[in-house]
Amino acid sequence: MTSVLYDVPGPRAIARNRILAVITVVLVVAVIGFMVYRLWESGQFEASKWRVFTFTAVWMGILKALGNTLAAFALAAVLSIVLGLVLAVGRLSDHAWVRIPVTWITELLRAIPVLVLMMLLYYGLPVVGVRMDPYWAVVLALMAYNGSVLAEVFRAGIEALPSGQKEAGYAIGLRKNGVMRLILFPQAVRAMLPVIVAQLVVTMKDTALGFIITYPELLYYAKLLSSQQGRPILQSAFVIGGIYIVMCLILSGIAKWIEVKTRHSAKLTAYTAAGGEADPRIHEGSTVTEVIAAQKSLGKFDSQGM
Amino acid sequence: MDVIFGNLDLWSEALTNTLMVFVFGGIIALVLGIIVGAMRVSPVPIARAVGTVYVNLVRNTPLTLVFFFFVFGYPQLGLPDMSNTVLGILAIGIYTATYVAEVLRAGINTVPVGQAEAARAIGLPFGQVMTLIIMPQAFRSVVPPMMSVFIALLKNTTVAAGFAISELAALRATINDAPGRPGNPMEVLLWVAVVFVALVLLMSWGQRTLENKWRIAR
Repeated sequence: MTSVLYDVPGPRAIARNRILAVITVVLVVAVIGFMVYRLWESGQFEASKWRVFTFTAVWMGILKALGNTLAAFALAAVLSIVLGLVLAVGRLSDHAWVRIPVTWITELLRAIPVLVLMMLLYYGLPVVGVRMDPYWAVVLALMAYNGSVLAEVFRAGIEALPSGQKEAGYAIGLRKNGVMRLILFPQAVRAMLPVIVAQLVVTMKDTALGFIITYPELLYYAKLLSSQQGRPILQSAFVIGGIYIVMCLILSGIAKWIEVKTRHSAKLTAYTAAGGEADPRIHEGSTVTEVIAAQKSLGKFDSQGM
Repeated sequence: MDVIFGNLDLWSEALTNTLMVFVFGGIIALVLGIIVGAMRVSPVPIARAVGTVYVNLVRNTPLTLVFFFFVFGYPQLGLPDMSNTVLGILAIGIYTATYVAEVLRAGINTVPVGQAEAARAIGLPFGQVMTLIIMPQAFRSVVPPMMSVFIALLKNTTVAAGFAISELAALRATINDAPGRPGNPMEVLLWVAVVFVALVLLMSWGQRTLENKWRIAR
Protein backbone atom coordinates (compact mmCIF):
# COMPACT_ATOMS: atom_id res chain seq x y z
CA MET A 1 0.00 0.00 0.00
CA THR A 2 1.40 3.34 -0.98
CA SER A 3 0.13 6.01 1.28
CA VAL A 4 -0.40 9.70 0.90
CA LEU A 5 0.75 10.09 4.45
CA TYR A 6 4.44 9.71 3.82
CA ASP A 7 6.96 10.04 1.00
CA VAL A 8 9.15 7.35 -0.41
CA PRO A 9 11.61 7.19 2.49
CA GLY A 10 15.02 8.75 2.16
CA PRO A 11 18.16 7.45 3.90
CA ARG A 12 17.27 8.91 7.29
CA ALA A 13 13.68 7.73 7.14
CA ILE A 14 14.83 4.26 6.11
CA ALA A 15 17.13 4.11 9.12
CA ARG A 16 14.32 5.31 11.38
CA ASN A 17 11.88 2.81 9.92
CA ARG A 18 14.38 0.03 10.54
CA ILE A 19 14.65 1.00 14.17
CA LEU A 20 10.85 1.09 14.47
CA ALA A 21 10.65 -2.30 12.80
CA VAL A 22 13.15 -3.74 15.28
CA ILE A 23 11.23 -2.25 18.20
CA THR A 24 7.97 -3.73 16.88
CA VAL A 25 9.52 -7.15 16.43
CA VAL A 26 11.07 -7.07 19.90
CA LEU A 27 7.77 -6.04 21.51
CA VAL A 28 5.72 -8.62 19.63
CA VAL A 29 8.22 -11.39 20.32
CA ALA A 30 8.26 -10.39 23.98
CA VAL A 31 4.44 -10.52 24.26
CA ILE A 32 4.10 -13.80 22.36
CA GLY A 33 7.09 -15.25 24.16
CA PHE A 34 5.61 -14.39 27.52
CA MET A 35 2.28 -15.96 26.58
CA VAL A 36 3.93 -19.13 25.30
CA TYR A 37 6.11 -19.26 28.41
CA ARG A 38 3.04 -18.95 30.66
CA LEU A 39 1.22 -21.60 28.66
CA TRP A 40 4.21 -23.91 28.91
CA GLU A 41 4.83 -23.16 32.58
CA SER A 42 1.22 -23.92 33.52
CA GLY A 43 1.37 -27.18 31.58
CA GLN A 44 -0.98 -26.27 28.75
CA PHE A 45 1.14 -28.15 26.23
CA GLU A 46 1.03 -31.41 28.16
CA ALA A 47 -0.35 -34.33 26.19
CA SER A 48 -3.04 -34.99 28.78
CA LYS A 49 -4.58 -31.59 28.07
CA TRP A 50 -4.87 -32.32 24.38
CA ARG A 51 -5.90 -35.96 24.74
CA VAL A 52 -9.60 -35.15 24.28
CA PHE A 53 -8.95 -34.26 20.69
CA THR A 54 -7.67 -37.74 19.86
CA PHE A 55 -11.14 -39.25 20.22
CA THR A 56 -13.35 -39.67 17.19
CA ALA A 57 -16.44 -39.16 19.34
CA VAL A 58 -15.22 -35.70 20.32
CA TRP A 59 -14.73 -34.71 16.71
CA MET A 60 -18.18 -36.08 15.88
CA GLY A 61 -19.49 -33.87 18.66
CA ILE A 62 -17.63 -30.87 17.26
CA LEU A 63 -19.08 -31.61 13.83
CA LYS A 64 -22.57 -31.82 15.26
CA ALA A 65 -22.09 -28.54 17.13
CA LEU A 66 -20.72 -26.98 13.95
CA GLY A 67 -23.84 -28.17 12.18
CA ASN A 68 -25.99 -26.52 14.83
CA THR A 69 -24.05 -23.27 14.49
CA LEU A 70 -24.39 -23.33 10.72
CA ALA A 71 -28.09 -24.24 10.90
CA ALA A 72 -28.81 -21.23 13.11
CA PHE A 73 -26.60 -19.01 10.96
CA ALA A 74 -28.11 -20.06 7.64
CA LEU A 75 -31.73 -19.53 8.62
CA ALA A 76 -30.94 -16.31 10.49
CA ALA A 77 -29.02 -14.97 7.48
CA VAL A 78 -31.87 -15.63 5.05
CA LEU A 79 -34.54 -14.31 7.40
CA SER A 80 -32.59 -11.19 8.30
CA ILE A 81 -32.07 -10.30 4.63
CA VAL A 82 -35.81 -10.70 4.04
CA LEU A 83 -36.66 -8.64 7.11
CA GLY A 84 -34.06 -6.05 6.09
CA LEU A 85 -35.67 -5.65 2.68
CA VAL A 86 -39.14 -5.36 4.19
CA LEU A 87 -38.06 -2.76 6.74
CA ALA A 88 -36.09 -0.79 4.16
CA VAL A 89 -39.09 -0.66 1.82
CA GLY A 90 -41.31 0.37 4.73
CA ARG A 91 -38.96 3.07 5.78
CA LEU A 92 -38.75 4.51 2.27
CA SER A 93 -42.54 4.47 1.91
CA ASP A 94 -44.39 7.60 0.82
CA HIS A 95 -47.11 6.99 3.41
CA ALA A 96 -46.36 8.43 6.80
CA TRP A 97 -48.47 5.76 8.53
CA VAL A 98 -46.12 3.09 7.19
CA ARG A 99 -42.88 5.03 7.35
CA ILE A 100 -43.07 6.26 10.93
CA PRO A 101 -43.91 2.98 12.70
CA VAL A 102 -41.35 1.09 10.60
CA THR A 103 -38.72 3.71 11.47
CA TRP A 104 -39.47 3.23 15.14
CA ILE A 105 -39.41 -0.53 14.90
CA THR A 106 -36.06 -0.45 13.08
CA GLU A 107 -34.51 1.90 15.63
CA LEU A 108 -35.90 -0.14 18.51
CA LEU A 109 -34.65 -3.49 17.22
CA ARG A 110 -31.24 -1.97 16.59
CA ALA A 111 -31.01 -0.54 20.09
CA ILE A 112 -31.79 -3.75 22.01
CA PRO A 113 -28.72 -5.96 22.50
CA VAL A 114 -29.04 -9.31 20.68
CA LEU A 115 -28.45 -11.22 23.88
CA VAL A 116 -31.28 -9.42 25.67
CA LEU A 117 -33.51 -10.20 22.71
CA MET A 118 -32.54 -13.88 22.90
CA MET A 119 -33.18 -13.97 26.63
CA LEU A 120 -36.55 -12.29 26.15
CA LEU A 121 -37.54 -14.99 23.69
CA TYR A 122 -36.14 -17.88 25.71
CA TYR A 123 -36.67 -16.90 29.36
CA GLY A 124 -39.29 -14.18 28.95
CA LEU A 125 -41.91 -15.69 26.70
CA PRO A 126 -42.69 -18.76 28.88
CA VAL A 127 -44.21 -16.27 31.35
CA VAL A 128 -46.94 -15.52 28.83
CA GLY A 129 -47.23 -19.19 27.96
CA VAL A 130 -45.08 -19.41 24.82
CA ARG A 131 -42.29 -21.92 25.14
CA MET A 132 -39.56 -21.67 22.57
CA ASP A 133 -36.75 -23.95 21.50
CA PRO A 134 -33.31 -22.34 22.04
CA TYR A 135 -32.76 -22.75 18.30
CA TRP A 136 -35.70 -20.50 17.48
CA ALA A 137 -34.77 -17.98 20.14
CA VAL A 138 -31.29 -17.69 18.59
CA VAL A 139 -32.60 -17.50 15.03
CA LEU A 140 -35.38 -15.01 15.74
CA ALA A 141 -33.18 -12.72 17.84
CA LEU A 142 -30.47 -12.72 15.17
CA MET A 143 -33.10 -12.10 12.51
CA ALA A 144 -34.58 -9.12 14.35
CA TYR A 145 -31.25 -7.49 15.10
CA ASN A 146 -29.41 -8.10 11.84
CA GLY A 147 -32.54 -7.45 9.83
CA SER A 148 -32.81 -3.97 11.28
CA VAL A 149 -29.12 -3.30 10.65
CA LEU A 150 -29.42 -4.57 7.08
CA ALA A 151 -32.48 -2.36 6.56
CA GLU A 152 -30.28 0.65 7.24
CA VAL A 153 -27.64 -0.72 4.87
CA PHE A 154 -30.21 -1.13 2.07
CA ARG A 155 -31.57 2.34 2.74
CA ALA A 156 -28.12 3.92 2.71
CA GLY A 157 -27.44 2.11 -0.57
CA ILE A 158 -30.61 3.47 -2.14
CA GLU A 159 -30.03 6.98 -0.85
CA ALA A 160 -26.48 6.98 -2.18
CA LEU A 161 -27.74 6.33 -5.71
CA PRO A 162 -27.80 9.38 -7.97
CA SER A 163 -31.32 10.82 -7.96
CA GLY A 164 -31.29 10.72 -11.76
CA GLN A 165 -31.82 6.96 -11.56
CA LYS A 166 -35.14 7.37 -9.83
CA GLU A 167 -36.15 10.29 -12.02
CA ALA A 168 -35.34 8.37 -15.19
CA GLY A 169 -37.46 5.51 -13.90
CA TYR A 170 -40.44 7.77 -13.34
CA ALA A 171 -39.80 9.49 -16.67
CA ILE A 172 -40.26 6.25 -18.61
CA GLY A 173 -43.58 5.79 -16.87
CA LEU A 174 -42.75 3.31 -14.11
CA ARG A 175 -44.67 3.48 -10.85
CA LYS A 176 -43.00 3.62 -7.44
CA ASN A 177 -43.12 -0.16 -7.24
CA GLY A 178 -41.34 -0.56 -10.56
CA VAL A 179 -38.76 2.10 -9.79
CA MET A 180 -37.91 0.39 -6.51
CA ARG A 181 -37.95 -3.18 -7.74
CA LEU A 182 -36.38 -2.74 -11.17
CA ILE A 183 -34.05 0.23 -10.77
CA LEU A 184 -33.12 1.16 -7.24
CA PHE A 185 -32.93 -2.14 -5.36
CA PRO A 186 -30.78 -4.07 -7.83
CA GLN A 187 -28.22 -1.27 -7.85
CA ALA A 188 -28.30 -0.72 -4.11
CA VAL A 189 -28.01 -4.42 -3.28
CA ARG A 190 -25.13 -4.85 -5.70
CA ALA A 191 -23.28 -1.83 -4.37
CA MET A 192 -23.88 -2.88 -0.79
CA LEU A 193 -23.01 -6.58 -1.21
CA PRO A 194 -19.67 -6.31 0.61
CA VAL A 195 -21.36 -4.60 3.55
CA ILE A 196 -24.16 -7.16 3.55
CA VAL A 197 -21.67 -10.04 3.65
CA ALA A 198 -19.75 -8.23 6.40
CA GLN A 199 -22.99 -8.12 8.38
CA LEU A 200 -23.38 -11.85 7.79
CA VAL A 201 -19.97 -12.32 9.44
CA VAL A 202 -21.43 -10.52 12.44
CA THR A 203 -24.44 -12.85 12.35
CA MET A 204 -22.14 -15.85 12.28
CA LYS A 205 -20.17 -14.58 15.27
CA ASP A 206 -23.33 -13.77 17.18
CA THR A 207 -24.57 -17.36 16.94
CA ALA A 208 -21.96 -17.92 19.66
CA LEU A 209 -24.25 -16.04 22.03
CA GLY A 210 -26.56 -19.03 21.78
CA PHE A 211 -24.52 -20.93 24.34
CA ILE A 212 -25.70 -18.52 27.05
CA ILE A 213 -29.28 -19.69 26.47
CA THR A 214 -28.15 -23.34 26.22
CA TYR A 215 -28.27 -23.74 22.46
CA PRO A 216 -25.83 -26.62 21.80
CA GLU A 217 -23.59 -24.82 19.30
CA LEU A 218 -19.80 -24.74 18.99
CA LEU A 219 -19.01 -22.63 22.01
CA TYR A 220 -21.44 -24.64 24.13
CA TYR A 221 -19.54 -27.72 23.08
CA ALA A 222 -16.23 -26.03 23.91
CA LYS A 223 -17.53 -25.43 27.41
CA LEU A 224 -18.69 -29.04 27.63
CA LEU A 225 -15.26 -30.24 26.51
CA SER A 226 -13.44 -28.11 29.02
CA SER A 227 -15.13 -29.96 31.88
CA GLN A 228 -13.55 -33.21 30.66
CA GLN A 229 -10.67 -34.91 32.35
CA GLY A 230 -7.59 -32.65 32.52
CA ARG A 231 -9.86 -29.59 32.10
CA PRO A 232 -8.63 -28.61 28.64
CA ILE A 233 -10.22 -25.14 28.79
CA LEU A 234 -7.71 -23.21 26.73
CA GLN A 235 -7.24 -26.12 24.36
CA SER A 236 -10.91 -26.35 23.44
CA ALA A 237 -11.07 -22.57 23.15
CA PHE A 238 -8.13 -22.66 20.73
CA VAL A 239 -9.67 -25.41 18.60
CA ILE A 240 -13.16 -23.90 18.52
CA GLY A 241 -11.72 -20.41 18.05
CA GLY A 242 -9.76 -21.68 15.06
CA ILE A 243 -12.96 -23.06 13.53
CA TYR A 244 -14.75 -19.73 13.98
CA ILE A 245 -11.86 -17.73 12.55
CA VAL A 246 -11.67 -19.98 9.48
CA MET A 247 -15.43 -19.73 8.88
CA CYS A 248 -15.44 -15.94 9.27
CA LEU A 249 -12.36 -15.54 7.08
CA ILE A 250 -14.07 -17.55 4.35
CA LEU A 251 -17.09 -15.23 4.54
CA SER A 252 -14.87 -12.11 4.57
CA GLY A 253 -12.98 -13.59 1.64
CA ILE A 254 -16.26 -13.84 -0.26
CA ALA A 255 -16.96 -10.19 0.57
CA LYS A 256 -13.52 -9.14 -0.71
CA TRP A 257 -13.99 -11.21 -3.84
CA ILE A 258 -17.36 -9.59 -4.56
CA GLU A 259 -15.81 -6.19 -3.98
CA VAL A 260 -13.04 -6.86 -6.47
CA LYS A 261 -15.52 -8.29 -8.98
CA THR A 262 -17.76 -5.24 -8.81
CA ARG A 263 -14.91 -2.77 -8.85
CA HIS A 264 -14.79 -2.53 -12.66
CA SER A 265 -17.78 -0.23 -12.48
CA ALA A 266 -16.66 3.27 -11.51
CA LYS A 267 -20.12 4.15 -10.22
CA LEU A 268 -20.10 1.32 -7.75
CA THR A 269 -16.65 1.99 -6.39
CA ALA A 270 -17.63 5.03 -4.40
CA TYR A 271 -20.55 3.23 -2.80
CA THR A 272 -18.57 0.19 -1.84
CA ALA A 273 -16.15 2.60 -0.25
CA ALA A 274 -18.94 3.31 2.19
CA GLY A 275 -18.22 -0.10 3.65
CA GLY A 276 -15.01 1.35 4.94
CA GLU A 277 -12.82 -1.13 3.08
CA ALA A 278 -12.36 0.20 -0.44
CA ASP A 279 -10.70 3.53 -0.95
CA PRO A 280 -12.80 6.22 -2.60
CA ARG A 281 -9.68 7.62 -4.15
CA ILE A 282 -8.84 4.53 -6.16
CA HIS A 283 -10.84 5.90 -9.05
CA GLU A 284 -9.57 9.23 -10.18
CA GLY A 285 -12.93 9.84 -11.78
CA SER A 286 -15.00 9.66 -8.61
CA THR A 287 -16.85 12.90 -8.16
CA VAL A 288 -17.12 15.07 -5.08
CA THR A 289 -20.71 14.00 -4.54
CA GLU A 290 -19.72 10.37 -4.56
CA VAL A 291 -17.10 10.93 -1.90
CA ILE A 292 -19.64 12.79 0.20
CA ALA A 293 -22.09 9.96 -0.30
CA ALA A 294 -19.43 7.52 0.74
CA GLN A 295 -18.54 9.56 3.76
CA LYS A 296 -22.13 10.16 4.76
CA SER A 297 -23.06 6.53 4.65
CA LEU A 298 -19.85 5.64 6.45
CA GLY A 299 -21.21 7.16 9.58
CA LYS A 300 -24.63 5.64 9.14
CA PHE A 301 -23.88 2.00 9.45
CA ASP A 302 -20.19 1.36 9.56
CA SER A 303 -19.45 -1.23 12.23
CA GLN A 304 -22.88 -0.51 13.66
CA GLY A 305 -23.62 -4.17 13.92
CA MET A 306 -20.55 -5.63 15.57
CA MET B 1 -42.72 -0.90 38.66
CA ASP B 2 -42.44 -3.26 41.60
CA VAL B 3 -39.76 -5.13 39.78
CA ILE B 4 -37.59 -2.00 39.88
CA PHE B 5 -38.37 -0.60 43.32
CA GLY B 6 -38.42 -4.00 44.99
CA ASN B 7 -34.93 -4.75 43.71
CA LEU B 8 -33.43 -1.30 43.71
CA ASP B 9 -30.17 -2.59 45.21
CA LEU B 10 -29.71 -5.15 42.44
CA TRP B 11 -30.60 -2.70 39.70
CA SER B 12 -28.15 -0.09 40.87
CA GLU B 13 -25.39 -2.68 41.18
CA ALA B 14 -26.12 -4.05 37.72
CA LEU B 15 -26.27 -0.61 36.13
CA THR B 16 -23.03 0.43 37.81
CA ASN B 17 -21.30 -2.71 36.58
CA THR B 18 -22.60 -2.29 33.04
CA LEU B 19 -21.41 1.31 32.92
CA MET B 20 -18.08 0.33 34.47
CA VAL B 21 -17.47 -2.36 31.86
CA PHE B 22 -18.52 0.16 29.21
CA VAL B 23 -16.27 2.98 30.41
CA PHE B 24 -13.14 0.99 31.22
CA GLY B 25 -13.58 -1.31 28.23
CA GLY B 26 -13.98 1.81 26.11
CA ILE B 27 -10.78 3.35 27.46
CA ILE B 28 -8.79 0.18 26.72
CA ALA B 29 -10.38 -0.08 23.27
CA LEU B 30 -9.55 3.54 22.48
CA VAL B 31 -5.93 3.42 23.62
CA LEU B 32 -5.18 0.04 22.06
CA GLY B 33 -7.21 0.93 18.96
CA ILE B 34 -5.25 4.12 18.37
CA ILE B 35 -1.98 2.20 18.67
CA VAL B 36 -3.14 -0.54 16.30
CA GLY B 37 -4.70 2.00 13.92
CA ALA B 38 -1.42 3.90 13.79
CA MET B 39 0.42 0.64 13.11
CA ARG B 40 -1.98 -0.12 10.26
CA VAL B 41 -1.07 3.10 8.41
CA SER B 42 2.58 3.31 9.48
CA PRO B 43 5.45 3.24 6.96
CA VAL B 44 6.97 0.20 8.72
CA PRO B 45 5.84 -2.96 6.90
CA ILE B 46 6.29 -5.20 9.95
CA ALA B 47 4.15 -2.93 12.10
CA ARG B 48 1.46 -2.96 9.40
CA ALA B 49 1.59 -6.75 9.27
CA VAL B 50 1.29 -7.09 13.04
CA GLY B 51 -1.69 -4.71 13.03
CA THR B 52 -3.36 -6.62 10.22
CA VAL B 53 -2.91 -9.99 11.89
CA TYR B 54 -4.26 -8.68 15.19
CA VAL B 55 -7.31 -7.08 13.59
CA ASN B 56 -8.13 -10.09 11.43
CA LEU B 57 -7.67 -12.64 14.19
CA VAL B 58 -9.64 -10.85 16.89
CA ARG B 59 -12.35 -9.44 14.63
CA ASN B 60 -13.20 -12.89 13.32
CA THR B 61 -13.47 -14.40 16.78
CA PRO B 62 -16.88 -14.15 18.44
CA LEU B 63 -16.83 -11.81 21.42
CA THR B 64 -18.29 -14.64 23.47
CA LEU B 65 -15.21 -16.71 22.72
CA VAL B 66 -12.89 -13.83 23.64
CA PHE B 67 -14.69 -13.70 26.97
CA PHE B 68 -14.30 -17.47 27.26
CA PHE B 69 -10.54 -17.14 26.79
CA PHE B 70 -10.24 -14.48 29.42
CA VAL B 71 -12.73 -15.56 32.08
CA PHE B 72 -12.18 -19.32 31.93
CA GLY B 73 -8.75 -19.50 30.31
CA TYR B 74 -6.82 -16.83 32.19
CA PRO B 75 -7.05 -18.47 35.64
CA GLN B 76 -5.43 -21.57 34.11
CA LEU B 77 -2.22 -19.67 33.50
CA GLY B 78 -1.29 -19.28 37.13
CA LEU B 79 -1.00 -15.52 36.83
CA PRO B 80 -2.12 -13.12 39.60
CA ASP B 81 -5.84 -13.46 40.36
CA MET B 82 -8.23 -11.01 38.76
CA SER B 83 -11.95 -10.68 39.26
CA ASN B 84 -14.29 -11.73 36.46
CA THR B 85 -15.27 -8.11 35.95
CA VAL B 86 -11.68 -7.03 35.30
CA LEU B 87 -11.15 -9.95 32.92
CA GLY B 88 -14.39 -9.09 31.15
CA ILE B 89 -13.26 -5.48 30.77
CA LEU B 90 -9.99 -6.69 29.24
CA ALA B 91 -11.85 -9.03 26.87
CA ILE B 92 -14.28 -6.40 25.63
CA GLY B 93 -11.52 -3.77 25.35
CA ILE B 94 -9.24 -6.00 23.31
CA TYR B 95 -12.13 -7.01 21.06
CA THR B 96 -13.43 -3.49 20.48
CA ALA B 97 -9.93 -2.12 19.84
CA THR B 98 -9.96 -3.83 16.43
CA TYR B 99 -13.07 -1.87 15.45
CA VAL B 100 -11.59 1.39 16.73
CA ALA B 101 -8.47 0.73 14.66
CA GLU B 102 -10.48 0.05 11.52
CA VAL B 103 -12.59 3.18 11.96
CA LEU B 104 -9.47 5.31 12.38
CA ARG B 105 -7.92 3.82 9.27
CA ALA B 106 -11.09 4.38 7.24
CA GLY B 107 -11.26 7.94 8.60
CA ILE B 108 -7.75 8.74 7.42
CA ASN B 109 -8.68 7.26 4.06
CA THR B 110 -11.62 9.65 3.63
CA VAL B 111 -9.25 12.63 3.53
CA PRO B 112 -8.72 13.33 -0.18
CA VAL B 113 -5.21 12.76 -1.53
CA GLY B 114 -5.06 16.34 -2.73
CA GLN B 115 -5.03 17.60 0.83
CA ALA B 116 -1.88 15.72 1.74
CA GLU B 117 -0.32 16.53 -1.60
CA ALA B 118 -1.03 20.23 -1.20
CA ALA B 119 0.37 20.16 2.31
CA ARG B 120 3.54 18.50 1.11
CA ALA B 121 3.76 20.85 -1.86
CA ILE B 122 3.96 23.87 0.43
CA GLY B 123 6.81 22.11 2.23
CA LEU B 124 5.20 20.87 5.43
CA PRO B 125 7.06 17.97 7.07
CA PHE B 126 5.27 14.72 7.96
CA GLY B 127 4.46 15.81 11.50
CA GLN B 128 2.74 18.99 10.38
CA VAL B 129 0.95 17.28 7.48
CA MET B 130 -0.56 14.94 10.04
CA THR B 131 -1.36 17.37 12.85
CA LEU B 132 -2.45 20.37 10.79
CA ILE B 133 -4.04 18.90 7.67
CA ILE B 134 -4.93 15.21 7.87
CA MET B 135 -5.89 14.61 11.49
CA PRO B 136 -8.33 17.53 11.93
CA GLN B 137 -10.24 16.39 8.84
CA ALA B 138 -9.99 12.69 9.61
CA PHE B 139 -11.15 13.31 13.16
CA ARG B 140 -14.37 14.92 11.95
CA SER B 141 -15.30 12.10 9.64
CA VAL B 142 -14.32 9.57 12.29
CA VAL B 143 -16.59 10.83 15.05
CA PRO B 144 -19.91 9.36 13.79
CA PRO B 145 -18.61 5.84 13.06
CA MET B 146 -16.63 5.95 16.31
CA MET B 147 -19.84 6.65 18.18
CA SER B 148 -21.35 3.63 16.42
CA VAL B 149 -18.48 1.53 17.72
CA PHE B 150 -19.15 2.72 21.24
CA ILE B 151 -22.89 2.09 20.90
CA ALA B 152 -22.01 -1.45 19.84
CA LEU B 153 -19.62 -1.69 22.79
CA LEU B 154 -22.42 -0.70 25.14
CA LYS B 155 -24.68 -3.39 23.72
CA ASN B 156 -21.85 -5.91 23.81
CA THR B 157 -21.43 -5.47 27.56
CA THR B 158 -24.43 -7.82 27.85
CA VAL B 159 -22.22 -10.72 26.78
CA ALA B 160 -20.63 -10.48 30.22
CA ALA B 161 -23.88 -11.92 31.58
CA GLY B 162 -22.83 -15.33 30.33
CA PHE B 163 -19.66 -15.16 32.41
CA ALA B 164 -20.87 -14.54 35.93
CA ILE B 165 -20.41 -10.78 35.79
CA SER B 166 -23.38 -9.16 37.46
CA GLU B 167 -24.47 -6.56 34.93
CA LEU B 168 -27.85 -5.68 33.47
CA ALA B 169 -28.39 -8.70 31.25
CA ALA B 170 -27.57 -10.97 34.18
CA LEU B 171 -30.32 -9.42 36.31
CA ARG B 172 -32.94 -11.94 35.23
CA ALA B 173 -30.95 -14.78 36.76
CA THR B 174 -29.97 -12.76 39.84
CA ILE B 175 -33.53 -11.70 40.64
CA ASN B 176 -35.07 -15.09 39.94
CA ASP B 177 -32.49 -17.01 41.94
CA ALA B 178 -32.88 -14.85 45.04
CA PRO B 179 -36.03 -15.90 46.92
CA GLY B 180 -38.69 -13.31 47.75
CA ARG B 181 -37.76 -10.90 44.98
CA PRO B 182 -40.65 -9.43 42.99
CA GLY B 183 -40.66 -9.73 39.22
CA ASN B 184 -40.85 -12.42 36.57
CA PRO B 185 -38.17 -12.89 33.88
CA MET B 186 -40.27 -11.21 31.21
CA GLU B 187 -40.70 -8.04 33.25
CA VAL B 188 -37.05 -7.85 34.25
CA LEU B 189 -35.82 -8.36 30.69
CA LEU B 190 -38.25 -5.83 29.27
CA TRP B 191 -36.98 -3.22 31.70
CA VAL B 192 -33.38 -4.14 30.84
CA ALA B 193 -34.26 -3.64 27.18
CA VAL B 194 -35.81 -0.28 28.02
CA VAL B 195 -32.64 0.83 29.80
CA PHE B 196 -30.52 -0.17 26.81
CA VAL B 197 -32.85 1.51 24.33
CA ALA B 198 -32.69 4.70 26.40
CA LEU B 199 -28.90 4.63 26.62
CA VAL B 200 -28.49 3.84 22.93
CA LEU B 201 -30.95 6.52 21.85
CA LEU B 202 -29.09 9.00 24.01
CA MET B 203 -25.81 8.07 22.34
CA SER B 204 -27.20 8.15 18.80
CA TRP B 205 -28.71 11.55 19.53
CA GLY B 206 -25.22 12.69 20.54
CA GLN B 207 -23.86 11.09 17.39
CA ARG B 208 -26.31 12.97 15.18
CA THR B 209 -25.61 16.25 16.93
CA LEU B 210 -21.86 15.90 16.48
CA GLU B 211 -22.31 14.74 12.91
CA ASN B 212 -24.32 17.82 12.00
CA LYS B 213 -22.01 20.12 13.87
CA TRP B 214 -18.85 18.81 12.26
CA ARG B 215 -20.06 17.96 8.79
CA ILE B 216 -17.43 18.93 6.23
CA ALA B 217 -18.58 20.20 2.88
CA ARG B 218 -16.27 18.46 0.45
